[in-house]
Amino acid sequence: MRPPVLILHATGTNRDRETAWAVEQAGGTPTILHVNELRERPARLHEFAMFILPGGFSYGDALGAGRLLASDLRWLFQEELARFIEAGRPVLGICNGFQALVKSGWLPGPPEDGIQATLTRNASNRFECRWVWLQPNPESPCVFTRGLEEPITCPVAHGEGRFVPRDEATLARLQARGQIALTYIAPSGGPAVYPWNPNGSVADVAGICNARGNVLGLMPHPEDHVLLWQRPDWTRGARGGLGLALFVQGIRYAADL
Amino acid sequence: MDYCVEVFWKADLPDGRASDLLAQIAQLGLDGITGIRVCSLFFLRGDLSVSEVEELAQALLADPVVEGYRIRPAGASGEDDPALVVEVGYHPGVTDAVAENLLRRARLLGLQALEAAATGSRYTFEGRVGPDELHTVARQLLANEVIQHYTLGHLRPAFVPYARPSDEVATIPLRNASDAELARLSVERVLFLSLPEMQAIRMYFVRLGRDPTDVELETLAQTWSEHCQHKTFKTTIRYRSRGGVPRVLPADLPPAPPEERIDGLLRSYIRAATERLARPWVRSAFVDNAGIIAFDEKWEVSFKVETHNHPSALEPFGGANTGIGGVIRDIIGVSARPIAATDVLCFGPPDLPASEVPAGTLHPRRIARGVIAGIEDYGNKMGIPTVSGAILYDPGYTANPLVYCGCLGIAPAGRHRRSPRPGDLCVALGGRTGRDGLHGATFSSAELTHETGQTVGSVVQIGDPITEKALLEAVLRARDEGLYSAITDCGAGGFASAAGEMGREVGVEVELGDVPLKYPGLRPWEIWLSEAQERMVLAVPPEHLARLAEICRAFDVEWTVIGRFTGDRRLRVRYRGALVADLDMDFLHDGWPRRTMEAEWIAPTFPEPDVVTGDLTPLLLAMLSHPDVASKEDVIRRYDHEVQGATVIKPLVGSAADGPSDGVVLRPLEVEGWQGLALGVGICPHYGRIDPYAMAWAAIDEALRNVTAVGADPERVALLDNFCWGNPSLPDRLGALVRAVQGCHDAALAYGAPFISGKDSLNNEYVDPEGQKRSIPPTLLISSLGIVPDIRDAVTMDLKAPGNFIYLLGETYPELGGSLYARLQGALGNRVPLPRPGSLTTMRTLHRAIRARLVRACHDLSEGGLGVAAAEMALAGRLGMELDLLPLLVRRDLPATIALFSESSGRFLVEVAPEAAARFEAEMAGCPCYRLGKTAAHGRLRISGREGEALVDVAVSDLVRAWHGGA
Repeated sequence: MRPPVLILHATGTNRDRETAWAVEQAGGTPTILHVNELRERPARLHEFAMFILPGGFSYGDALGAGRLLASDLRWLFQEELARFIEAGRPVLGICNGFQALVKSGWLPGPPEDGIQATLTRNASNRFECRWVWLQPNPESPCVFTRGLEEPITCPVAHGEGRFVPRDEATLARLQARGQIALTYIAPSGGPAVYPWNPNGSVADVAGICNARGNVLGLMPHPEDHVLLWQRPDWTRGARGGLGLALFVQGIRYAADL
Repeated sequence: MDYCVEVFWKADLPDGRASDLLAQIAQLGLDGITGIRVCSLFFLRGDLSVSEVEELAQALLADPVVEGYRIRPAGASGEDDPALVVEVGYHPGVTDAVAENLLRRARLLGLQALEAAATGSRYTFEGRVGPDELHTVARQLLANEVIQHYTLGHLRPAFVPYARPSDEVATIPLRNASDAELARLSVERVLFLSLPEMQAIRMYFVRLGRDPTDVELETLAQTWSEHCQHKTFKTTIRYRSRGGVPRVLPADLPPAPPEERIDGLLRSYIRAATERLARPWVRSAFVDNAGIIAFDEKWEVSFKVETHNHPSALEPFGGANTGIGGVIRDIIGVSARPIAATDVLCFGPPDLPASEVPAGTLHPRRIARGVIAGIEDYGNKMGIPTVSGAILYDPGYTANPLVYCGCLGIAPAGRHRRSPRPGDLCVALGGRTGRDGLHGATFSSAELTHETGQTVGSVVQIGDPITEKALLEAVLRARDEGLYSAITDCGAGGFASAAGEMGREVGVEVELGDVPLKYPGLRPWEIWLSEAQERMVLAVPPEHLARLAEICRAFDVEWTVIGRFTGDRRLRVRYRGALVADLDMDFLHDGWPRRTMEAEWIAPTFPEPDVVTGDLTPLLLAMLSHPDVASKEDVIRRYDHEVQGATVIKPLVGSAADGPSDGVVLRPLEVEGWQGLALGVGICPHYGRIDPYAMAWAAIDEALRNVTAVGADPERVALLDNFCWGNPSLPDRLGALVRAVQGCHDAALAYGAPFISGKDSLNNEYVDPEGQKRSIPPTLLISSLGIVPDIRDAVTMDLKAPGNFIYLLGETYPELGGSLYARLQGALGNRVPLPRPGSLTTMRTLHRAIRARLVRACHDLSEGGLGVAAAEMALAGRLGMELDLLPLLVRRDLPATIALFSESSGRFLVEVAPEAAARFEAEMAGCPCYRLGKTAAHGRLRISGREGEALVDVAVSDLVRAWHGGA
């Protein structure tokens, strides 16, 4: 069975099509719906086994990256999203989707605890597009990285991806609970300094999940590394580290639910 | 009540905006300023309580983790010492997408009382700083007064003032005007029409027995503008030439006489080449908004390159921003989904002393910064990968930078519709109409002066990519459901151009009173001519309107029926029922008087560069760090080149992902199989100074080399031409243009590569305060679009492994004219690279070797010749290389310096594994092919000459450093 996957398109979303393609390659059946279409009947969310907020510039990132999409999540879909997440169904926010999940309080969650972190302007103060390496955390409850040991490589493409927790205690809590599902690493496997940590994220955080592990957000774009020919060094014989792995794990989990 | 919400950075982490600005201030030499704080300002108008503003600030304006906010009545002093503060805001009416989103969202959240919003920025300085320094920083870095205003201290919010709707239509007393009055009218109304053109209009209205309205006169001026009509490319030219490179023509064409009468450059040369080649895969050339070729049975690919030079000179961000937006709409206008963007930029020298910047001109560094940010903003937000381009620097571009913006699209075969039928509704989709860009079409015919920025500020606009993104999604849905019978974008000339062009064969009647406006008060002619961005016009059969409306609603796209197509071949415009224009389509489109233009080209002579000898390592390092050659990584990484997941060969390649790829390869998501597309760029303006004919050949050769080197089939390449030139009414400028166009024709035939689209931007001259005219270097951009039969065979230019053989393909001649070598020697030279029609054979053979997977790396030789190409391959692979030029020197009898730095066309460096060498050499039999050496693990680039003497011996790490701009 191929789990149905909802990919939400807000005005300005732009990585929805390749995300749909990655979902297909991973064994899911994607449907792209515009916010306005979902808004007509938010309960449609429950027809899907997985929910993805893809990358892009929703509403032009006016008022801060992901801020207005976060406002949509809070004002239009809060109840349905809460039910979806409480049912244990997987939710994936990539780049702009991650920003929206953080700025609406769903990550690291729960939303009742307020906004605990942000993704703000890169330390370099510019948009940067470059390939990075991500280390999955074996201690994480995250359903998307479960069982993944090998690093993933895929591009980042953002100007506001610097992860900043509200305070030290928040960071410590995330670390203790394994909620830091993905960190930037150097290609050698060592700690990442710029450009391997491309945005100055605190503790090299690339992606975090909620305490239960069924909601994951990350800045890099695993949907842009589905085929080996997308890797920048494939003409040098380099292979592996497919971002597809995250989709495969997520869809496998969704199918078993 | 007007409020100001200040949002400030509160996190312990440094604020990148402040450190960036400090670095730029240091470049201005203002070292008294030691610190800056940046604040975002939101001005809110409406009957709001403080607690409501508070709520808004918390919900939408300040990021609670890293930002704080303060609320004060607008106009009241904030906490900072006003003597240390600069505040910047937009002029009323300039696109402010953040404010518009804020307004919309506040209403969604139930704050109906918010009437208006505007944004701004505050900069608070620390250190020794007085009003003079603040003015300097504000003018040089913080505000562009074409679109913004600033104050020292606190800013009054700039809301658009209320204006009464205007139905004012003037009648212009033209019939009785003298010639002198006609000429004056053309200047005063910014029509840029010549006297014979004004006379033709006068005669038309004399015949009608009435005077024209302002709507009619403005419509004629924009339709007849160089920008819309390309008069120079259509008109008859009397041409004489003396000297220069002899033309290379196919055997069955008669030789060219030194004096000739050319019946239209476009028809006689560019289109003639395409028609003669008659390639079956060309689907549309010079007909639609973009050229179209077949990709496979199911898909077609469209390509268009535009320029946006004058707007970018005045407001670099907005100019480049709307340039990209415009060319993307050209692709939407052929019913295609944009899949890649290209940018070629020409600027003045980045290190130009401030005292040498001409009056009224922005510093090249500032222009470059703004242009790049404008491209980044639009391309990234549209989700279109910016993959291909070039940046060139020359003093000739200081006052008149060039910004070429390209867009590639893909569409299901045969889905584009282009014929409106009588009875179809004329429907406007997308953004609202404001005073933006009035006279943009006619302004492009102007020469820039030191006062241009003050007089035509209204031509400059800022784009809103998200409105265009929504528009794109709606149009593609409408295309798939077959809801329209024709579509075009609103570019230069606005509705007048879009509706006038679309209704050309059938006639159209438009009601301007129904057009949604950004703010009231526009006169009918302003609505009609406005070049507000992000609008498309569709011809929609009435039975499909309801469904189109549904789609628009789903995607947040505004739509309006503004008229209908009639069948009477007239252009009729009404405002609230009253007829304000009534012209017949034949006169509108073809009534402009043809003239005969004079053109003359005489071969110039330049000093010859010295041929230096000895250790050439310092020279090679100087070439690598030259701005034209050095790494563009800082710029390329600001563009998203990965979005859409199709970028198989990236703009940056190699072991550290920083080598300069010759071309890029894309495999669009929607296609099946392994076929892909390659994009390349040919541009060499320095050859054009010596001989534009040779420049055209060299640029076409380079564009073909770029795509062949990465795996495209050289027999399936389509070309685009973009001419940026000076004033064509000056015979020498026009003569050079004729030479270049002839070069395009002859080379296209020799390579079998048809032109599918092109555009010209003329009058790129700057008139300085002394009245001296300065033309840009005549600059021809050739963009190439190739088919890669199997992307899994694609090749990159970085060296792969030690012990592999290095071959040079193609012949090297003593051709240093216009080369990087010559420019570094301070003498342009005369022996420009000559046409080499045989290089197609080399490319074909190379392609076979690539398909057979015999090639590990391949790099084309361009600026800096063999020396720079070898260095780039080594640095991209972080691998050493040993080359011995002896075989080349003996065979061609060349001095080593010339062999190393000549820029002869048709050459490649190729890396081949030893086990594949025999097959490779057999494959190359009959083509010029020299085995020059090997790759090496020792991490040095060594090149030796005839006697085995070292010409170059340098560590690859030093090449890397020089290439990244270090000494």
